[in-house]
Amino acid sequence: MSAIAAGRPESPVGRIWGLLPATLKVGCGITLLWIVLALAVPLLTSFNPIKVDVINMLKPPGETYWLGADALGRDIFTRILYGARADLMMAFFGVVGPIILGTTIGMLGGYFGGRIDMILMRIFEITVSFPYFVLVIAIVAVLGPGLKSYFISLTLVNWVSYARLVRSQALVLRNADFVLAARGMGFSHARTMLFHVLPNAMVPSAVFVMTDAVLTIVLGSSLGFLGLGVQPPTPEWGAMIAEGANYLTSAWWIAFFPGLAICSLALGLSLIADGLARLLDTGP
Amino acid sequence: MSEKAPSEELVRVEDLAIDFATRYGAVQALKGVSFAVKRGEALGIVGESGSGKTVACRAILKLIAANAAVRSGRILVAGEDVLAMNDAALQRFRGEKAAMIFQNPSTHLDPIMPVWRQVGEAMVLHRGASWREAKTRAVELLRDMQITDPARRANAYPHELSGGMRQRVMIAAALACEPDLLIADEPTTALDVTVQAQILALLRRIRRERQLSLILVSHDLGVVAEMCDRVVVMKDGAVMEAGTVEQILTAPRNDYTRRLIASQPSLMKPAARRPAEASPQAAPRLSVEGLKVQFRSAQSLTGWILRRPPHLVAAVDDVSFILPQGGSLGIVGESGSGKSSVARTLIGLVASQAGRILVDGQPIEKLLQHRPLAEQRKMQMVFQDPFLSLNPAMTVAATLAEPLRQHRLCADREIPERLADLMAKVELPPNLLERRTTQLSGGQRQRVGIARALALEPEILIADEVTSALDVTIQAQILGLFDRLRREMGLTLVLISHDLAVVRFLCEQVAVMRQGKLVEYGPTEQVLSHPREDYTKALLAAIPRLSRRSDAAE
Repeated sequence: MSAIAAGRPESPVGRIWGLLPATLKVGCGITLLWIVLALAVPLLTSFNPIKVDVINMLKPPGETYWLGADALGRDIFTRILYGARADLMMAFFGVVGPIILGTTIGMLGGYFGGRIDMILMRIFEITVSFPYFVLVIAIVAVLGPGLKSYFISLTLVNWVSYARLVRSQALVLRNADFVLAARGMGFSHARTMLFHVLPNAMVPSAVFVMTDAVLTIVLGSSLGFLGLGVQPPTPEWGAMIAEGANYLTSAWWIAFFPGLAICSLALGLSLIADGLARLLDTGP
Repeated sequence: MSEKAPSEELVRVEDLAIDFATRYGAVQALKGVSFAVKRGEALGIVGESGSGKTVACRAILKLIAANAAVRSGRILVAGEDVLAMNDAALQRFRGEKAAMIFQNPSTHLDPIMPVWRQVGEAMVLHRGASWREAKTRAVELLRDMQITDPARRANAYPHELSGGMRQRVMIAAALACEPDLLIADEPTTALDVTVQAQILALLRRIRRERQLSLILVSHDLGVVAEMCDRVVVMKDGAVMEAGTVEQILTAPRNDYTRRLIASQPSLMKPAARRPAEASPQAAPRLSVEGLKVQFRSAQSLTGWILRRPPHLVAAVDDVSFILPQGGSLGIVGESGSGKSSVARTLIGLVASQAGRILVDGQPIEKLLQHRPLAEQRKMQMVFQDPFLSLNPAMTVAATLAEPLRQHRLCADREIPERLADLMAKVELPPNLLERRTTQLSGGQRQRVGIARALALEPEILIADEVTSALDVTIQAQILGLFDRLRREMGLTLVLISHDLAVVRFLCEQVAVMRQGKLVEYGPTEQVLSHPREDYTKALLAAIPRLSRRSDAAE
């Protein structure tokens, strides 16, 4: 960097902040806001999210019920905040399993190549050859509804995305000079893979994981819609939309506000993905 | 305006300043550059990476990146202001008046188009020729570029041709519409030295025959000295010095120019030689006997099931040499000669099929992972491209500490001291330890690469083209560092290089390789001054020299 035009003097923190893409900042802001809201619900509302209150059923948005009440008289605002806990958990745990399994398989296949790769890639192809949604729903149906089976089924199905991304990187990186240098200094395969290949192979996955978290929420909400996700009366955005679907013409607020919540969290995560892609695209 | 005397200026660049917008703010690529080229003249632009030489010559065709902004200046070609042209005028101008050939012929040719179409396309677009006429002309041009069997080669696709052949095709395409000016941006950098000599001879001939003006951009003063009448020396986006070749080479006025000339490996005095210890009685530190390495081509699934034998390629074929303690051997060859395979086999990244490698008389395991820990340390390698050979996710400290920890060479609390010591050995300031490797310059990175190899306290250091990715002044520094380390630490050195001048500077012995075989092997002075083999002679003759070669000598 020979001649960077002189700007105003800044603190190191300020300089790093200035280099971050705006999309990343906004995305992090939205996502953090939801995390804070989900943690601080009991302080923000005095309503019980699952207590049935027949007198106030289908109450439109107003002074006491800010976003209205649902068919069982429960406050939508309160339920959305509690629902954020379930949905954020889905977004997080829904990608952790696939990342671990997919990265391991992709790394082993890409790094070692040969027979190992051939066998792992056949498993990969078998998994991809099933229709995605049908496979997830089938596994959840077999294991029984609930978040745990949802995470297990996602891990079993969704690892392929990460395996593909990591493998393609590892294939290139295993012949990179710095990996050969590590081998040349007598480092073990495990060390070379973990410390030299993996950190450099994770860039596309780090971007994809945010997009994937969005898809995971949407899929989890769809399962909630089908009754295979989080079980009532526990609040979950997808399930709330499903409940409100019957009242769309008479009480639109029951489905509308949880829908808005899903959209905003999805937007936040997508913006992070976009920002990360920009940030990692041309390394510092 | 249209009638011009032959001595008149064809190109005039006046006070050209170009900025690039980057994430870190505006970067000044050119800071007011001026030069001129007369009709029929050849101008060389010399400079290191980042000097702005490529930006300057591309601007003549208004080929400037989307994030570039021209701050000031004019470019006049045959009296027309290039920077003021609109797209239609530019399209006519490019190809008809001025054309360009690029550094890497394999990426600048369209891989899905037969060669004749790429040569003929400009004639169809600019001259309104039919494709049939264009093909006939293209074959003629290819013949003129000394491509053998041009009628057949015209139908070939770029991947079917060698690097030198592709560069000939690119020159043919540039000349298709008979431009007045040819801009050649590092036209031979990606080529082997013997091929480079052929391409330069070709450029000289067509320039003479067609009275072409030439702008030749190069980092290699030797190439420019052979090809050009006048030279512009650039650094950091500014012209340091301009003048005739003789003037610049014999009486440089600018400090940077002097440094550039002094850094040419062909002008560097050979490093102080140790007294000839290579007496046969002394036990050799490293000896290689009849080394043979074969690579198998990738096997298909069906091939594996049907148990078809894989296709084998011999990369190294019966190579032997002996190095005494503290000795240095240069292995020279062109791409594909197997010299890098020898290096990788020595450090155990690649297994040999036959032959032995003995260190201090003891045969060592073929593959690194089977060698005992102490044996793994004995031989270390420095890699070619410092931009690729350091893990971008690590800091300098982590890079250097890792081998120390893995081989348990010292206690954890001693590590900072060891790191400081290593940094001092490779002449780097210790405050760079906390930097990421990606934040260093090429020369700094290569020093880190050397420090990493030295961390394991090796006895034998293998250097694979360690300076070919570096600028020439940095190259001179790194070579000096190697020489010092070798003398101070008593290292035995195996240097792999395509550059005979580099080998002459550092090595007592030289081995010339070609197609996996050892062509010639002996003391450096003897091999370089009295080569026995024709191939060695050809290699030596192909090196561009700083003294001007007369055109008649072809």
